[in-house]
Amino acid sequence: MTRFTPPSEPVEPLRILDSSGALLGETAMSDAAVLEAFEWMLLTRTFDQKATSLQRQGRFGTFSSVRGQEASVVGAASALDPARDWIAPQYRELPAILRHGMPLENFALYFMGHPRGCVIPDDVNILPIQISLAAQLPQAVGVAWGLRQQGRDGVVTTFVGDGASSEGDFHESLNLAGVTKAPVVFFLQNNGWAISTPRAKQTAARTFADRAAGYGIHGAYVDGNDLLAVNAVMVEAVARARAGEGPTLVESLTWRAGAHNTADDPTKYVTDADHAAWEGTDPLARVESYLRRTGALADAGYAEIQARCVAEVDRALGVAQATPAPGAEALFDHVYAEPFARFEQQRAAWLQMQEA
Amino acid sequence: MPVKTMVEAIRETLADEMARDERVMVIGEDVGTLGGVFRATEGLQAKFGEHRVVDMPLAEGVIVGAGLGLALSGLRPVVEIQFLGFGHQAFHQIGQQVARLRYRSAGRHSVPMVIRAPFGGGVRTPELHSDAFEAFYAHCPGLKVVAPASAHDAKGLLNAALDTDDPVLYLEPLKGYRLQRDEVPEERYVVPLGSSRVVREGADLTIVAWSAAVQLALQAAEDLAAGGIDAQVLDLRSLVPLDVAGIAAAVSATGRAVVLHEAPLTGGFGAELAATIQQECFYDLLAPVHRISAPDTPYPLAGIEEAYVPSRARVVREVRALMEVAP
Repeated sequence: MTRFTPPSEPVEPLRILDSSGALLGETAMSDAAVLEAFEWMLLTRTFDQKATSLQRQGRFGTFSSVRGQEASVVGAASALDPARDWIAPQYRELPAILRHGMPLENFALYFMGHPRGCVIPDDVNILPIQISLAAQLPQAVGVAWGLRQQGRDGVVTTFVGDGASSEGDFHESLNLAGVTKAPVVFFLQNNGWAISTPRAKQTAARTFADRAAGYGIHGAYVDGNDLLAVNAVMVEAVARARAGEGPTLVESLTWRAGAHNTADDPTKYVTDADHAAWEGTDPLARVESYLRRTGALADAGYAEIQARCVAEVDRALGVAQATPAPGAEALFDHVYAEPFARFEQQRAAWLQMQEA
Repeated sequence: MPVKTMVEAIRETLADEMARDERVMVIGEDVGTLGGVFRATEGLQAKFGEHRVVDMPLAEGVIVGAGLGLALSGLRPVVEIQFLGFGHQAFHQIGQQVARLRYRSAGRHSVPMVIRAPFGGGVRTPELHSDAFEAFYAHCPGLKVVAPASAHDAKGLLNAALDTDDPVLYLEPLKGYRLQRDEVPEERYVVPLGSSRVVREGADLTIVAWSAAVQLALQAAEDLAAGGIDAQVLDLRSLVPLDVAGIAAAVSATGRAVVLHEAPLTGGFGAELAATIQQECFYDLLAPVHRISAPDTPYPLAGIEEAYVPSRARVVREVRALMEVAP
């Protein structure tokens, strides 16, 4: 036995569906479940396209597209029960929070800069979109731990990126989750880039999933562009958390097909060779091809799904665009549960100033 | 009425509240078996179990962040940061996350949590422990910041902090933990957040202070009285909310104000008070508002901390000088 850990061998992520949509193994997902997931994926793609176009016209704010990561996000979300489970998102998980009950128009309003975009309906178990990288992870552990303390059923899934995994909050959270056995799943989307910083400059570890061992928790490494594989890994991680067996770190290996956000220009740092390695890995194409093979989807069905997605995006963007611009009074809303004299005086003075 | 030290009052209030409300939970470094490095949580784990009084991994950020999550799940966590000087490691969670989660979720998530942290100097701690950076936190909208100076207020403010659905940073004076002893009623009571109190009546000037500086102000007032200067002492008790009306009434009655704190001068909470007093009491002021603070230098090693923290003699000297300013 050597005293030093030897260099580790390369490892392959779990894959169930090959890039042509053929099954490599067994899946527990019914055709109906895959169809439902496909619709969330297509809805997100439709929204991305429409929102990008509106952004170019100056009618929509800076936002981060999910393009390329739809199977990763939807595969993770499809293992959760919105009635009892929680999501602590970062900012690139649109279909997960939609499936959990967040109205699409609120998401749009958020990225249009409207305070109403912060509204989370009372029965929707999500934390706000997180901009400060990894800051949601300690909170996710706390919610999960607290639910278990109170004997309440519920697993918390928190999304994090490869870049955010360098933050102290990431390490502190996985450590605490391991110690408390909180029912939490850390879903790390390794999409290759933290804005312009490539994965290779983010960590020297073989995989991000390998880090799980250091915290004494389970780790899983999965092809993030394979809906069936992501779902399988997440179903297992959620079941383990629910059974009191503790947290899991899932690394979902995916590819950010677009820019970091609409203000970013990836042509400055993503090379043709980078793209070439991910040619033909569009998760939507893979799932569509699978569904056509099983016979669950044909042209007519595809057209129906597509029409529903377009209608929903049009409806939500219509609501968002018709929402009156916010007034100054919104500055003071929801700062304190119990406001006090000086705060109320400021509010009144601010409103008076706006009217003058 | 029983006389207690501040740390006893805090410990007993925590025990009472944990017995009264099973949602109350205590987490922090060394709070369980040891009972906290200042023994503020001594005996709580034996009484309430290790699921309600939890020794946490040594990482301030996740202690506060997980506390936030516990609050969202329906519990009422009391989080101990061992020394506010180490609050820097948790500042992003306190200032950016805890303080504004209610705002960022448009009211969906309130954060009913109390963050307890001893602060301030005068007890010869090792380096980096004694910083009095309350102004950092008072600057974070969404957070309430209180700093009791007596055992009586320690109980009443802790109860108030546990009652509100807003997050509260509850600052405890290192120096006053055991030195400060006063009467604490047995029954539950609340000192409202945002209520100051006049600790000593006086006609010639008002010394505004909080936490350990209140005792310093009272001692200086004794010396001043011997020299014929009648100082009023106002204990702020709460930085956010700030009792603007109480401060204005106290200062207007005397016409002179000294703000006393042991944090550095520039950007300290004394600056906020000086501006507020100037605005509220301009026509009653007989002299400029004067600040007595630590210098704009880091908290020093123990060997020279007495030169750093304002002393009784310095307060007397500077108040006397202020009294000579002609209106």
